[in-house]
Amino acid sequence: MQKLLVTDLHKRFGSNEVLKGVSLAANAGDVTCIIGSSGSGKSTLLRCINLLEQPHQGTITLNGEMLNLVADKDGSLKAADPKQLQRMRARLAMVFQHFNLWSHMTALENVIEAPTHVLGLSKTDALERAERHLQRVGVWHRKDNYPAHLSGGEQQRVAIARALAMEPEVMLFDEPTSALDPELVGEVLKVMRDLAAEGRTMMVVTHEMAFAREVSNSAIFLHNGLIEEQGHPKQILVDPQSERLKQFLSGSLK
Amino acid sequence: MLSLDVIVNSLPLYVSGAWLTVKLLLVSLLIGLAGAMPLAVMRSSANPLLSYPVWLFTYVIRGTPLLVQLFLIYYGLAQFESMRQSWLWEWFSSAWFCAVLAFGINTCAYTTEIIAGAISATSHGEIEAAKSLGMSRLTLYRRILLPSALRRSLHAYSNEVIMMLHGTSLASIVTLLDITGAAREVNSRYYLPFEAFITAAVFYLGLTFILVGLFRLAEKRWLVHLAARV
Repeated sequence: MQKLLVTDLHKRFGSNEVLKGVSLAANAGDVTCIIGSSGSGKSTLLRCINLLEQPHQGTITLNGEMLNLVADKDGSLKAADPKQLQRMRARLAMVFQHFNLWSHMTALENVIEAPTHVLGLSKTDALERAERHLQRVGVWHRKDNYPAHLSGGEQQRVAIARALAMEPEVMLFDEPTSALDPELVGEVLKVMRDLAAEGRTMMVVTHEMAFAREVSNSAIFLHNGLIEEQGHPKQILVDPQSERLKQFLSGSLK
Repeated sequence: MLSLDVIVNSLPLYVSGAWLTVKLLLVSLLIGLAGAMPLAVMRSSANPLLSYPVWLFTYVIRGTPLLVQLFLIYYGLAQFESMRQSWLWEWFSSAWFCAVLAFGINTCAYTTEIIAGAISATSHGEIEAAKSLGMSRLTLYRRILLPSALRRSLHAYSNEVIMMLHGTSLASIVTLLDITGAAREVNSRYYLPFEAFITAAVFYLGLTFILVGLFRLAEKRWLVHLAARV
């Protein structure tokens, strides 16, 4: 079953065209890794999917429902109906490079916030969900701590629990390990591996080639705003066809 | 030597003055804070139709002395016949009402700037996280932006409250018997300005001490998330 469909996405910042027509599709249970050198547009692509960046052209369809877009003043596209956008965002939880936990709330409060105030869950149900997800990412014992008092790896695991508590249909990961100390990367990747194993649909922008190779079942290599090569990671990351991807891989596997 | 007996005899006057000072302060802070929250949200809006009028309001109020504002409201408005005939006159002929109104508007302008500053300093990532989970604008303000901005405003606001406490001494000029009013009364009765005003100073110092203590408790309660790890 197709979960997410993006067609012909264009995005520019000023006169700099960052995405020049990118299309992708993800079926239920797919783990898609988006790789590419910095400036290739991979984060922008992910952020256009939930409209944190407004694309200039293209369509986004989640589970058969297409997001209605209309022209904004500056020529980019915005949601025609803010309610529809909110509804779709709630089903597309995102995990950020810099965690972006709400600093004035404890880990537990961070996780129950959106389920109660966006999904309308009762406090009891939200707490039950939060306990389950904080347990599974292994930070339940830190639930009463504020983000500033947690390590980077713990913060990112709380952020993953916050996204999981929405029980989203697709999870978007924007370089989730790039801001972490090397010894903390493993604990976050392990959680993501477990999520992939239980059949979650995930879109991951990453620099972790080992993760892309071993965990994902689809890889997209972006270069200069276009998909240069895509396929099964075991194939394209091991035996790349395009010059660009060969270059990129030889650089990143040093 | 200090005439202690004069001070002791006048203490009831100072105590009732202190009570009036506290009432003036609390009511004007309430007015100021209630006005400042929506104004701060408007001030930090991207829409100039919302932000510009608030910018103008805080600019004018912060750009003129509190005493001038008080005189304009208490003496200035009384000059107009239409004001004296209107139903509003019942309110505006009262020195207490005029003082509270002037102080409330004044602290409102300063508080608006404090909160608006804290709102615009909110981490962009935290706002994006809220949006990415499907929060509406209203929920975003109510649950994320304002709670975090108000907490970060606490320190600057404690300054504003103490400044306002001292600002209320202007009420004595429009006939009110607050702490300073009591001191002026004692001075004119005994012609002992040092005794009269040093006693007032001690009362203000005491009130400031209590305020500082209350804010310290509040910061302990609401700013733990910014404290160093223990």
